[in-house]
Amino acid sequence: MNSYDVLIVGSGHGGVSAASTLRHLGFAGTVAIISADRDEPYERPPLSKDYLTGDKDDQSIHLKGPDFWRDKKIELILGETVSAVDASNHLVTTASGREFTYRKLIWAAGGEPRRLTCDGRDLAGVHTIRARRDVDALRAELGRSERIVVIGGGYIGLEAAASLTKLGKHVTIVEALDRLLARVAGPPISAFFLDQHLTHGVDVRLGAAVSCIEGMAGRASEVLLADGTRLPADIVIVGIGIEPHVAALAAAGAEVSNGVAVDEHCRTTLPDIYAVGDCALHRNSFAPNQLVRIESVQNAVDQGAVAAHDVCGDAITYTSTPWFWSNQYELKLQTVGLNIGYDETVIRGDPASGRFSVIYLRAGHVAALDCVNSVKDYVQGRALVERRAAVERSLLSDQNTPLKALAPQE
Amino acid sequence: MPTVYVTTREGEQRVVQATSGRSLMENLREGGIDEILALCGGNCSCATCHVHVAEEWLERLPAMSADEDDLLDSSDDRRSDSRLSCQIPVTDALDGLVMTVAAED
Repeated sequence: MNSYDVLIVGSGHGGVSAASTLRHLGFAGTVAIISADRDEPYERPPLSKDYLTGDKDDQSIHLKGPDFWRDKKIELILGETVSAVDASNHLVTTASGREFTYRKLIWAAGGEPRRLTCDGRDLAGVHTIRARRDVDALRAELGRSERIVVIGGGYIGLEAAASLTKLGKHVTIVEALDRLLARVAGPPISAFFLDQHLTHGVDVRLGAAVSCIEGMAGRASEVLLADGTRLPADIVIVGIGIEPHVAALAAAGAEVSNGVAVDEHCRTTLPDIYAVGDCALHRNSFAPNQLVRIESVQNAVDQGAVAAHDVCGDAITYTSTPWFWSNQYELKLQTVGLNIGYDETVIRGDPASGRFSVIYLRAGHVAALDCVNSVKDYVQGRALVERRAAVERSLLSDQNTPLKALAPQE
Repeated sequence: MPTVYVTTREGEQRVVQATSGRSLMENLREGGIDEILALCGGNCSCATCHVHVAEEWLERLPAMSADEDDLLDSSDDRRSDSRLSCQIPVTDALDGLVMTVAAED
């Protein structure tokens, strides 16, 4: 049985950040990353973008260079799924029956794409986008596929739709709610991205419920909607969110709801076990009065670093400013802050120009910005978010007034 | 194979054998300069691949876009020799490039 001073579960941004931060802080103990994924750690964001289109190859999406793991003495245990955690004995068991003991465990296991529950969900040709192998499988089928139905109008679905349109495919987006990006962005952003996808020839069906996926010879051929519409499909991509990987920690006795509960040091309720990234349910000062789970590179990287600091006895508090980006077509969307619980939006600039920002206010204070092709607003708006600025709406909406001129002094 | 001369944040001198056709950021990452975080993966959407390029090389680089310029403004370590390494494609003409990793923000 192998023993590690720090065992990290998950090889995404969070797990890799934890491991590299440990070494950066001079941690001299043994460190291993165990992951269900067989590939060396890679970036996920390009999977729905440049890696899907083929503009980036596997080397371009490596999280670290090939010698990093050996140089930093970080062992990679790939292709092993952790199935059980025994917190009192500091023991982890994998699905293949291997056992590992740890002094500290950092759970950075992320999540699994949420699956459809309807008939046809397991047919060949039905894909998700989460792991590199998912996209390799999808790409292998693209050559003989022209009609693609994307189920889910969130970021993954929209990025995939844009990438596949670029490859000349005929794409239909099916969204259950009455607007795109309904869970993550305000109506002005939804309306803008709808218009952009329509302009690029994407067929968008809003308020559309999927009844089932029908197949021929075991392969998806049509998506049937509740209103009787039949959408022919050579490939179906399901992008309806993730289910956080929490079962093993829940079974071990951790406090779990929509994620593993962690404190400001990323400690779970179990001794010597941390959780970071997509699966970590935490109190975030940018979203008052509730617990949140944030699916972003920023959150994974910064929480991974917080856990590593705590392991080294140098406790820091997770207070990072949230940021996020999405690229579709020639559009660069950048978000700073969290719009959760916003009660007002101010539009800065004209969406018809293709360059504008939406500023989200919570009780009159700036909570977040979504900036479309407006990097200056993104950079300068950060201070407004961090200082919870209360600014006159007419000034926020005036593009002639730089946002940095509106930030209150610290 | 162009050679890039790198000074890390700790002042260590490193030599990276780069590959033409890939960005400077990707080459630094492949070459083990792991303090280059490049969190957005080279999309010109953050500023975590910030470098300082030696004066004599600056004018040989492709011009800076407005987006890169704006993102660099988010860094406290911005200087006249600042660039985002993801926005610099390595070519044979950059053989001998001299640069320093910028401070962490």
